[in-house]
Amino acid sequence: MRPFDYLRAESPDAAVQAAAAPETMFIAGGTNLLDLMKLEVLAPARLVDITRLDLGGIEADGDGLRIGALVPNSDLAADPRVRRDYPLLSRALLAGATGQLRNKATTGGNLLQRTRCYYFHDRDTPCNKRTLGDGCSAIHGVNRNHAILGTSEHCIATHPSDMAVALRALDAELELLSPNGSRRRVALADFYCLPGDTPHVENILEPGELITAVILPAPVGGRQIYRKVRDRASYAFALVSVAAAVRVEDGLIAHVALAFGGVAHMPWRDGAVEGFLQHQPPSPALFAEAASRLTAQARGFGANDFKIPLLQRTLAAVLAEATEVTA
Amino acid sequence: MKRHAKIDGPQTDRRLDGMAQGVLGQPLDRPDGPLKVTGRATYAAEVRLDRMVHGVLVRAPRVGTLNGFDTERVRGMAGVLAVLTEGLPRNSAQGAIAKSPPGNEGKAQYVGQPVALVVAETLEQATHAAWTLEVGIMPSIPVINPHAAPTEFPEKKQRDLGDLEAAMAEAAATLDETYHTPTLSSAPMEPHASIAEWDGERLTLHGAYQMLKFNRKQLAEALGIDPSAVRVLAPYVGGGFGSKLGISAEAVGAALAARMLGRPVSVVMHRRQVFEMTTRRSQTQQRIRLAADVDGHLLGIGHDALVSNLPGETFSEPVQQGTDFNYAAPNRKVVHEVARLNLIACGSVRAPGEAVGVTMFEVAMDEMAHRLNLDPVEFRLRNIPDHDPLDGKPFSSNMLAQALTEGAQRFGWRHQPPRSRREGEWWIGTGMSAAVRVNMLTESEARVTLTPEGRAKVETDMTDIGTGTYAILTQIAAEMLGLPVAQVETVLGDTDLPPASGSGGSFGAASSGSSVYLACLEIRSQIAARLGIAEEDLTLKDGHAIHANRTIPLSQILDAPITTEGHVEPGDSGKIARNATYGAHFAEVAVNDVTGETRVRRMLGTYACGRVLNVKTATSQCHGGLIWGIGMALTEELIHDPRDGHAVNRDLAEFHIPVNRDVPDLEVYLLPERDDWANPIQSKGIGELSICGAGASVINAIHAACGVRIRDLPATPDKVLAGLMQIES
Repeated sequence: MRPFDYLRAESPDAAVQAAAAPETMFIAGGTNLLDLMKLEVLAPARLVDITRLDLGGIEADGDGLRIGALVPNSDLAADPRVRRDYPLLSRALLAGATGQLRNKATTGGNLLQRTRCYYFHDRDTPCNKRTLGDGCSAIHGVNRNHAILGTSEHCIATHPSDMAVALRALDAELELLSPNGSRRRVALADFYCLPGDTPHVENILEPGELITAVILPAPVGGRQIYRKVRDRASYAFALVSVAAAVRVEDGLIAHVALAFGGVAHMPWRDGAVEGFLQHQPPSPALFAEAASRLTAQARGFGANDFKIPLLQRTLAAVLAEATEVTA
Repeated sequence: MKRHAKIDGPQTDRRLDGMAQGVLGQPLDRPDGPLKVTGRATYAAEVRLDRMVHGVLVRAPRVGTLNGFDTERVRGMAGVLAVLTEGLPRNSAQGAIAKSPPGNEGKAQYVGQPVALVVAETLEQATHAAWTLEVGIMPSIPVINPHAAPTEFPEKKQRDLGDLEAAMAEAAATLDETYHTPTLSSAPMEPHASIAEWDGERLTLHGAYQMLKFNRKQLAEALGIDPSAVRVLAPYVGGGFGSKLGISAEAVGAALAARMLGRPVSVVMHRRQVFEMTTRRSQTQQRIRLAADVDGHLLGIGHDALVSNLPGETFSEPVQQGTDFNYAAPNRKVVHEVARLNLIACGSVRAPGEAVGVTMFEVAMDEMAHRLNLDPVEFRLRNIPDHDPLDGKPFSSNMLAQALTEGAQRFGWRHQPPRSRREGEWWIGTGMSAAVRVNMLTESEARVTLTPEGRAKVETDMTDIGTGTYAILTQIAAEMLGLPVAQVETVLGDTDLPPASGSGGSFGAASSGSSVYLACLEIRSQIAARLGIAEEDLTLKDGHAIHANRTIPLSQILDAPITTEGHVEPGDSGKIARNATYGAHFAEVAVNDVTGETRVRRMLGTYACGRVLNVKTATSQCHGGLIWGIGMALTEELIHDPRDGHAVNRDLAEFHIPVNRDVPDLEVYLLPERDDWANPIQSKGIGELSICGAGASVINAIHAACGVRIRDLPATPDKVLAGLMQIES
């Protein structure tokens, strides 16, 4: 681990000002950052510890909920309002990591997890995320856990978070604090970036900018499902995951929100697929067509080809469960 | 006084059955358990010595000729004391070999090879400097595809009996399928760690090793010193599974650096280094051929294996070791081929050979049972040989039929056609497999002291690698000497003590246990002599000698402590009779029809390992084996990059061993048995048997559940899904 300076921030404003300096990163739970620092995949010169800041707490925000960035994943999953009104979020959180990690990992940090791409984690192999222009080792390498949607010739990594997939389906927004003291709200939909030719840029955060809260809109009701397909029953990242909030009224799909994990550089959402399902009577044929439309642009890289049918089948099964339609 | 026994034939006196204390076989808690769960058992990496500094190994990032290091820059970094670039071994020493591991001859022969050691005042400084050190390499093209590599056919591992081709041509039913298993890793919980300290010309190494008498000699030769100048201490070892049989680079590096600096040096492997700087289980390709008559009697067995290792390594995964004697058939052929690759060194991993060989063979047996339309239990029962099928020698004991029958009954085995049970999205099925594993005795010595106060001390350089050695040696001495277990202290893991078998190959308990038994037998003889009676007529219980209705406390018999040594050696017994252990596995799985995910719902194993020394630790070993079976069947694979062969998923987040939720209720039943041919305590190995074929019961259950036959392990969702989709279309 490269030697680094450590600064404990006394206020959010002081934190963002300190973090605006070059080679500086925030640290909260550290469950991902410390691992990457030990491997010297990340080697910041300075860490700004934000864990003493008053950024915890879950409170009402109009008809919605405001979740402090430092709320631990465990607390968020266990919150009675979350369990009642946003069960999708609770389920996604509990599908990720282990009890120990969830106790330590924070809401803001979870959103900023780095990819599990083997080559990103290995300094001895080229990776455009680590050093732009070095090339992508995964495209012609071991890519079983890599993306099938929104990839580029420079990067096929996935975003590993389960929580972010649920938040994407729930239309969450983020509250950001910038080093100049201004605050802005950004939809999670606009927060993450596709790799394109800048795979090292994963989100729209400016230098020093800090996530201070996640805001959930009013509950949408309906059936909420988080289904995660993985290699082992616990403590494994998603091969494919589907977050769904679906409400059926009078035999028609009245509301549908779908987000997908393990398939792209960001939690994936496809408005056209949701539009296609909207106001339709649920049926296996409808689900199959939706799954087919979802993957129309999907592309595999060999070992991850299976994710295309897996995503289709998982989506169809989730829709069937959510609408109580069986084949 | 020393009691020596060379085992040339059956040991029929079964002396242990005549003892009175009643502690042997009992589920005694480990005497070392409280120390371990409270953090007071000191593992190698926890040893702290005055003035100790830290070394961190550096890996070769590519294959080629070593071409200099930019040591200048690193030596100038904060805290850096030394950069060692000479003298490190290319790879770990193999087990039970008294030679130094090979040097690197100026080459990086695989990605991940240890090529340098950076030593600094603190672990953090050494780690950062190790990351900074640039390794100069003139790259060469690595050979990583076993099909495009030079291969060898070791003469002793080939078999050709009768005419397999003719049997295949004439048989009523045949099978000819090819199976694959991936590279697997021991992945012990405790990483490899060595703390070296020199006192003049004498070296003390606190290590994490399995076979200390060999480790001492390996290290001595690597350092060019006499073995008598080396003391290895390993009182507690956090799992080894073969990866700690022989010394690795961290031991040599720590010793060299400590000698150079005149300070104690600690070298602890990073988890990632454990995956690539120790040994792996070779990937295997296995072509299995079976020929049977209409009644399901096997006429021919063929088992061809392609395995790999680095050039020059003598070890090759003995895939067909169990095929020599598992089932009867007059025509038998075994081809064993070793490809020389630029990949991580291969060595023994828990049950080398049978773990993967029996597993795939038992999948083939399941396939054959289906072709014959036979219950797979019945198919196996029909093919149990009544003598060694290779050379006709008798079995010392063959409990396979009992294990199959007892297991089937306890599991509630019912043979059903595939795809006959469904619960929602899940297909449910059951599968079974047989277990066989060779049993060995190796030379072992121990010292036992009995005091007039009725306390005993057992001393040997044997190791407890999490297996329960402290418990069982305590129990053997307590049983033989008639003492409560609390009166017996067992001291292990120190090469200053009598040299033991070490832990490996499932021979540790029976071999070291026999040496303790012999030492105790000598004490009993001396007590009996003082009483003027024969040893056979002496009863020892609760610190008293009992004879002819008289109960005499030990203090009235002994005026000073008695110290004896026991020494057991293998003799002709293993040559006269085929000595092995047997068992059976049963599994119920659920396979998701949508995603191809498999979850094991319950698992049962029946095993016969001779006399059970401690039913709790023996059962615990079996649980471990079953869990390894689940991992082998469903999740574990060390993946090599297709270009340079490096292990891409070399951490526990991505090398998927089963976690709690992957492991259902496990049921283990140990069959009563005494194997007189095995050794004087009639006990056999249990550490490895339960992994031999365990995975096959899961793979066979997947087929029974959903009709998908997996021949390429592990059965990850992508592979099962491909099978499901094939059936759908």
